[in-house]
Amino acid sequence: MRYLPLSDADRQQMLNVVGAPGVNTLFEDVPSDFLNPTLDLPAHKSELEVERVLGGMASKNRAASAGPFFVGAGAYKHHVPSTVDHIIQRSEFLTAYTPYQPEIAQGTLQYLFEFQTQVAALTGMDVANASMYDGSTACAEAALMARRVTRKKKVLISGGVHAQYASVTRTNSELIGDQVVINPIDVAAEEDLAAQIDDGTSCVIVQTPDVFGNLRDLRPIAAAAHEKGALLIAVVTEVMSLGAVESPGAMGADIVVGEGQSIGNGLNFGGPYVGLFATRQKYVRSMPGRLCGLAEDADGERGFVLTLSTREQHIRRDKATSNICTNSGLCALAFTVHMTLLGEAGLRGVAAMNHEAACKAADALGAVPGVEVLTKAYFNEFTLRLPKPAAEVVEALAAKDIIAGVPASRLLPDVPEAENLLIVAATECVTDTDIEAYAAALKEVLS
Amino acid sequence: MTMNSQGRPTRSVANDTGREKSAAVETFSGNKGLQIEESLIFEKDAFGKTGVDFAPATSGANRLGGLERNADIGLPGLSEPETMRHFVRLSQKNYAIDMGPFPLGSCTMKHNPRLNEKMARLPGFGDIHPLQPESTVQGALELIDTLAGWLKELTGMPAVAMSPKAGAHGELCGMTAIKAAIVARGEADTRVRVLAPESAHGTNPATAAQCGFKVDAIPANAEGRVDLEALKAKLGPDVAGIMVTNPNTCGLFERDIRAIADAVHAAGGYFYCDGANFNAIMGKARPGDLGVDAMHINLHKTFSTPHGGGGPGSGPTVLSEALAPYAPVPFVVKKGDHFTLVEDEAAAAATDGEGHAAFGRMTAFHGQMGMFVRALSYMLSHGADGLQRAAEDAVLNANYVLARLKTEMSPAFDGFCMHEALFDDSFLKDTGVETIDFAKAMIDEGYHPMTMYFPLVVHGAMLIEPTESESKAELDKFCDTLLSLARRAKAGESEAFKAAPQLAPRKRLDETAAARKPVLTWSPSVQAAAAE
Amino acid sequence: MTKKFTKEHEWLLIEGDVATIGITPHAAEQLGDVVFVELPEVGASFDKDGDMAVVESVKAASDVYAPVSGEVVEANSAITDEPGKVNEDPAGAAWFVKLKLTNTSELDGLMDEQQYKEYLETL
Repeated sequence: MRYLPLSDADRQQMLNVVGAPGVNTLFEDVPSDFLNPTLDLPAHKSELEVERVLGGMASKNRAASAGPFFVGAGAYKHHVPSTVDHIIQRSEFLTAYTPYQPEIAQGTLQYLFEFQTQVAALTGMDVANASMYDGSTACAEAALMARRVTRKKKVLISGGVHAQYASVTRTNSELIGDQVVINPIDVAAEEDLAAQIDDGTSCVIVQTPDVFGNLRDLRPIAAAAHEKGALLIAVVTEVMSLGAVESPGAMGADIVVGEGQSIGNGLNFGGPYVGLFATRQKYVRSMPGRLCGLAEDADGERGFVLTLSTREQHIRRDKATSNICTNSGLCALAFTVHMTLLGEAGLRGVAAMNHEAACKAADALGAVPGVEVLTKAYFNEFTLRLPKPAAEVVEALAAKDIIAGVPASRLLPDVPEAENLLIVAATECVTDTDIEAYAAALKEVLS
Repeated sequence: MTMNSQGRPTRSVANDTGREKSAAVETFSGNKGLQIEESLIFEKDAFGKTGVDFAPATSGANRLGGLERNADIGLPGLSEPETMRHFVRLSQKNYAIDMGPFPLGSCTMKHNPRLNEKMARLPGFGDIHPLQPESTVQGALELIDTLAGWLKELTGMPAVAMSPKAGAHGELCGMTAIKAAIVARGEADTRVRVLAPESAHGTNPATAAQCGFKVDAIPANAEGRVDLEALKAKLGPDVAGIMVTNPNTCGLFERDIRAIADAVHAAGGYFYCDGANFNAIMGKARPGDLGVDAMHINLHKTFSTPHGGGGPGSGPTVLSEALAPYAPVPFVVKKGDHFTLVEDEAAAAATDGEGHAAFGRMTAFHGQMGMFVRALSYMLSHGADGLQRAAEDAVLNANYVLARLKTEMSPAFDGFCMHEALFDDSFLKDTGVETIDFAKAMIDEGYHPMTMYFPLVVHGAMLIEPTESESKAELDKFCDTLLSLARRAKAGESEAFKAAPQLAPRKRLDETAAARKPVLTWSPSVQAAAAE
Repeated sequence: MTKKFTKEHEWLLIEGDVATIGITPHAAEQLGDVVFVELPEVGASFDKDGDMAVVESVKAASDVYAPVSGEVVEANSAITDEPGKVNEDPAGAAWFVKLKLTNTSELDGLMDEQQYKEYLETL
C-alpha cells in the first residue's frame, strides 16, 4: 500500500521491541467480539484506478466554467489567479498544523495577520478574526456574541437574509433558549425592521447585498438598533461587492460577518469556504475564533502569535466564546493571496466589471417578454419575476446548457410568493455572448 | 570537536554547551542564508498598485443606489512576482508534515496524498455551485452518497450527517441531535446535565454548553480510563448523555466501553463519542458495535485531508437509530439511479415514513465537498484492507515510540497504548527543564513538538502521535533525538533548554506582552515600531 | 482592621462595613503573568460566590468569586489598565474591588492569615 512505509520485516522488528507477539495484542482492550469486523468495502486501488472512479463521478457534473453560468445566492464564480492555487499547495502551508508553536509557524501567523487586516479594512471594522468555517456559521456565531455583549435574548433576522443563513442561526440560538424572529420574504427591501426592535432585542441581522441582490442602506437600522441597545450584525455573502459598495462598518454595523469564498476560493459545491468575522475593538474579547497578534521574540525581533486564547475552548472549556477549533486557515490564505494580487485598484476594477455584467444581464433578461427585473439597487445579482415557476425554467435552461440562477423557491420552498422568482448573478466571468445566449434561451423557454 | 571527513568542523564550538553560535551571526539584511526576512504586504509601498490585469468597465452603468464606496479601503496590491516571493518566503518559516514528523497527539498529522488534491480540483468537483440544478450535479451527489456509505460501514452506524464543517461542528451536530431527541421525549427541562471526563478535549464542554447543557466531570481511574463506578454514581434522570473520546486522550482504549454505553442507556441518556482518535481503530472496531449514539469523524485527521495551517476540516457525524430521525438538513437520498438533495425540514419530514424531524441546519449548503473528495480518494486508495493496516501501523508506531522512549522518559500509564503515547514530566523532575522547554528544544533538533500540557489530567503532559505515515527509520531518528534530549536535561543543561529554540526563524515569543496590548491588525504605527 | 482569606485564594481587608478584596500572592503565582483583568462596575451587587471578576494569564482564565455578599463601591482601574500589577503586588496595590458588605456574618466562615498559611501547606 503506497502510503504505508513499514515493511513486514519492519513490523516484526518493531513488535519484538514492543514486546507483543502480534499486532492484535496491541488491541487487547477492544472487546474481542468486536475486533476486526468484516467490512463490506472494496480492497485498495492504484492511483490510476482511483482517478477512473472519481473522474467518472466528476464528469457527470456541469462545471461553472463549461458554459454560461449565472448562479450566486451565497457563492460566486470568480476568476482566481493561478498564483493562488500554487501558493496554497505549497507543503509548508498545506501540510502545517494550527500555529501553536509560533517559532516554526511564522509563515502561517504572518498571513493570518495580513488576512485579519485585509478583512478589517474591507468590512470597515477595527478587528477581524483568523476565519470561521463559512459565512453562515459566522452569522450564527455573531448572534451568540451579541447575546454575550448585550445579555439580551431575541434575534431579529431580516427577510433579505439568505434563508439557509437564517436557518443556521435559528438552530444555534434556539439551542440556548433564545427567541429568533425571521421576517417574511422581502424581495423589494421594504420591511420596517426598526419598528420591530425592542428592549429585549440582542441583535438585528441584515444582509447587503441581500439574497435577492438588493443593496441596503444600513444607517437607519444601525441607529434604530443602537437606540434600543441592540447590535447590528451585517451579513455580506458577496465580499466582492465591498470593492464597490460602502462598507457595513462605515454604515454603523457592530459585527460584520461574511462569506469570503469570492476572493481566492473556488465554488467547491459549497465548501470549504472561509467565514469572515469582524467587529469593533471594544468587543474583541467577546469574539469567537482564533486571533493572531503582534509579538516580539526573545531577541526583540517582530513576530506573530495566536493571542487572547483565553476566549477559546482549549482554555475556557464550557465558558468559551465558541466551541470552534479548526477554522478555514488555508482558505483564508487563498483569500489573502488573491487580495494581495488584486490590491485596492484590482478589487475596485473587478468589482466594476461585476456590476457592469449584472447591469447588462438585467437589461437583456428584463427585455424578454413576461420577465420583470425586481431589484433596483444592486451589485452583481438581481431577482427576476418570471411568468411561470422558476424551478421549471431553470431545469429547461439547464437542458440547453445555460445555468440560469437560483430559483427563490429552492431557498424558500414553502413561500408561494417565491415560486416565480429567479435570483441571477453575473460576475466578471460572464461574457456578452453568455448574456445573449441566456436571453435568447429564456425567450424560447417562456414562449 | 566533531570533525567530518574533510576536516571541517560540523558543529560550532558553542554547540557543545548547548548554545548555537549561528544564531548570533549578524547580517546587514537580517536574512540568514535561506531564511529571508519578509515585511508585511502593508509595508511594501504598494497601496494603489495591483497584480491583476482586467478589462476596465466601460459602460458607466451605476445602479448602486447611492451606496458607492468612496473612501480608500487601504489594501495594497503586489505584482505576481512580488506576491509569489512574499508568500514563498513566508512558507519557509513553517514546519510541515512534508518536512518531517509532526507528532502532535490528538491531531493525527498523517501524510496528505497529492492524488487527493488532484481529484478535488477536477472541474466537476471544484468548479460546481452548491445551488446549481440537481440534474447538473448528479456525480457530486453520488460522491457524497458513496462517502456516506463508507463512513456508515466503517463505523457500523445507520446514518450520517455530512454537513458539519469540522470536528467541533460535528460535536455540535451530534449533541444537538441528542437535545432534539430529549426534547421529543418531553424531557428538555429535566435532562440538563452532560458528563465528560476531565481529560476531554476543550471542545466537548464548550459544545455541551453551546447546547445549553451543564457539564459535569467524570473522574478517571488510576489506569487513565473512565472510572465506571464513579460514572454510574453520577448517572440519573437529569443526565442527557455523556461525551467520551475513544480511544481516549491518554491514548488508551476505554475497555469498559460497552458497560459505559449500557449504563448510560439504562439511565435514559445518550452516548456521544468524540471521534478525534478514530484513526486508531479504523477498520479494527466499529463504534456502532460498542453502543455509541453519535460520533463525529474528522476527515482532516483520520482521512488525510490536509490541516492547512488550521483548517479547513470536515466533521461528518454518524448517528444511531435513536438519533437518525433528528439529523439536520441537507442530506442526499438515492432513488434508483437518481440522487436528490433534501434541503429543508418539510421535505425531510416527507422523505421517509418514520417521520424525519430534522433539528435544523448546521451550515449553508451541503458541507465540505472539497474534503469529501479528498477523503473518498484516500479511502478508495486504501480499501478496507489498507485502512485496517493503516490503523494497525499507527498503533504499532505509537507503541514502538513508547517502548523506545520509556528508558529515559516517563510513560503516564503502564501497558500498551493505542495510536499515541503519553508521557508525564516526572523524568524532568529536579532538572529545571519543563515540558515546554523540552518541546522547544525539539524545534532546534528539526522536529515539531508533540502536544504539550494535554490531557490536563497528566502533569506536564507530552502526547506523541506518530501516525502510520512514519517509517521505522524516521521513528528511530526521532526516538534517538528525544532520548538524547532527555539525557541532556538530566545532565543539567537546563539553561540551554530554557533558551531554546535558537535555530528557528524566531526565538521564544513574548505571548504575555502580546496579550496585554493586543495588536490584531496592521497600522502605520506597527511599521514604525518594527523599524526601531 | 482585619484580614481574612478564602479557599479560592482571595484576601479581604475589612474596615468597618467595607471589604477590600484581592487575590493572594499564591494565586497570582499560579496564574502566571496576568494579562487581563475584568472588574465589575461600581454599584453592582453580588451574592456570596457570585462571578465578580475575571483574571487571565496567557494560558489560564479564572473567575474571581465574591467571597461575601455586597455592593461594589470602588473598582481598581489601575489593574485593568496594567494587569501586570497583579503579579507585582497582589496583596497590596493590586486590590480588585471594595465591597460594601450586606451580611457581615458571612465573614465568620473565612480563614485568618495563619489558617490560610496552614491551608496552603495542605495543597
